[in-house]
Amino acid sequence: MAIYHPKLDLLMSYAAGSSGESWGLAIATHMALCPDCRSIVSLAEEMGGSLLEDVAPEPMNSSSWEQLASQLGSPEAVQIASPETATPSAQPTFPEPLRRYVGNDAKDIPWKRLSGVGYQHLIPTRDLGQARLLKILAGRTIPQHGHRGRELTLVLSGFFSDHLGEFTRGDLEDTDEDLIHQPATSAHADCICLAVTDSPLRFTSLIPRLVQPFFRI
Amino acid sequence: MIGIAAVTSPEGMGLVRCGRRVQDNNSTVQSWTGNIVASGVSTADEPDLDTHLLRVTIDEDQISFAILYARMAPRIKGLMMRLGTDAATAEELAQETMLRVWRKSALFNPKKASAATWIFAIARNLRIDRIRHEVRPELDPNDPALIPAPQLSAEDFVDARKRQERVRACLNDLPEYQRQVVGMSFVEGLSHQEIADRLDIPLGTVKSRLRLSFEKLRNMLRKF
Repeated sequence: MAIYHPKLDLLMSYAAGSSGESWGLAIATHMALCPDCRSIVSLAEEMGGSLLEDVAPEPMNSSSWEQLASQLGSPEAVQIASPETATPSAQPTFPEPLRRYVGNDAKDIPWKRLSGVGYQHLIPTRDLGQARLLKILAGRTIPQHGHRGRELTLVLSGFFSDHLGEFTRGDLEDTDEDLIHQPATSAHADCICLAVTDSPLRFTSLIPRLVQPFFRI
Repeated sequence: MIGIAAVTSPEGMGLVRCGRRVQDNNSTVQSWTGNIVASGVSTADEPDLDTHLLRVTIDEDQISFAILYARMAPRIKGLMMRLGTDAATAEELAQETMLRVWRKSALFNPKKASAATWIFAIARNLRIDRIRHEVRPELDPNDPALIPAPQLSAEDFVDARKRQERVRACLNDLPEYQRQVVGMSFVEGLSHQEIADRLDIPLGTVKSRLRLSFEKLRNMLRKF
């Protein structure tokens, strides 16, 4: 079960529908792995529902109902969700909604080399944030860096640690420009994570700045 | 109101969709639904939205759907206009939201969300799609990778409709400066930065007001 979560403001803007697509991708993928954040978002959505009932009504055109009624037909038959019956053995590395963006298998991703630390794959979204998958090789340390803006890092396999803690599958590190950290992967396993940034990373020493072009934004 | 009386009987409220539906070609029913829509429906002695939506889910009940439409379509139109859409577009989006409510009604689960919240979510996603030209990434409840909740929390024992009544009461109790940011976020669809700019207050203040409103809500629900 996830120990590290997105901050509340982000969960609330996701519920309200105002977070950009790349941020929503990280939030919703974390939610698939975190029942606690699912219940926070559903409570925040109740705020939206309550407010909808209080919105001042604007009268619909008189012909509107008939137009709609003529299109009704039968509702779609939908399979009712039953996650409880899911078998844990069938767990894909990438939960939905991420799977829709990157496919089923980490092996099939067109990874691009990222300096000496690993690989990345940029994920196109229609907002200003940049989502990417990172595969940091086992036993590597990312040079110490700060952030010009917010950054979310959701671990999907393996783990990394920094001075704030150890992050495993489902954990989401939500950092802002105040954090300077030096994440390291375990010696035994590559770490695959989904990272979302709103601006380039800021490295604190000269040599790692050479890595920066690879974090192309 | 004879039409309403006919649908308030509990008949047909089974656990499975039994396919019973009001006939399309029944002119009496058409005029009932038309009247419901034209007159708006008094809500005092009426079943709530959730009951009506459940009747749509289970029975494809068009009269209940007409009542939902009469109550919610003008509010969805109002919501879309608050977001700066012109009246004609807002009208289309309200119509399309209601069409989705009908078509997707089998997905409504009264244990998980109240009717108003479920409809709000449909309108919100449509607005993201049509006005912002983005998509909202959403998890798939059937995904084998999804981690189910290990146990029910206290909040899960409160049915969604009762929970929403409490949410409403709690929102009404919020100090105006908190309620305002909640409204700007959920109704006007503004980002936290946009709210900060509009109110000329720091971003951190917007976030702390939202956080306080949410914490209040959560504490209040825990008390029951």
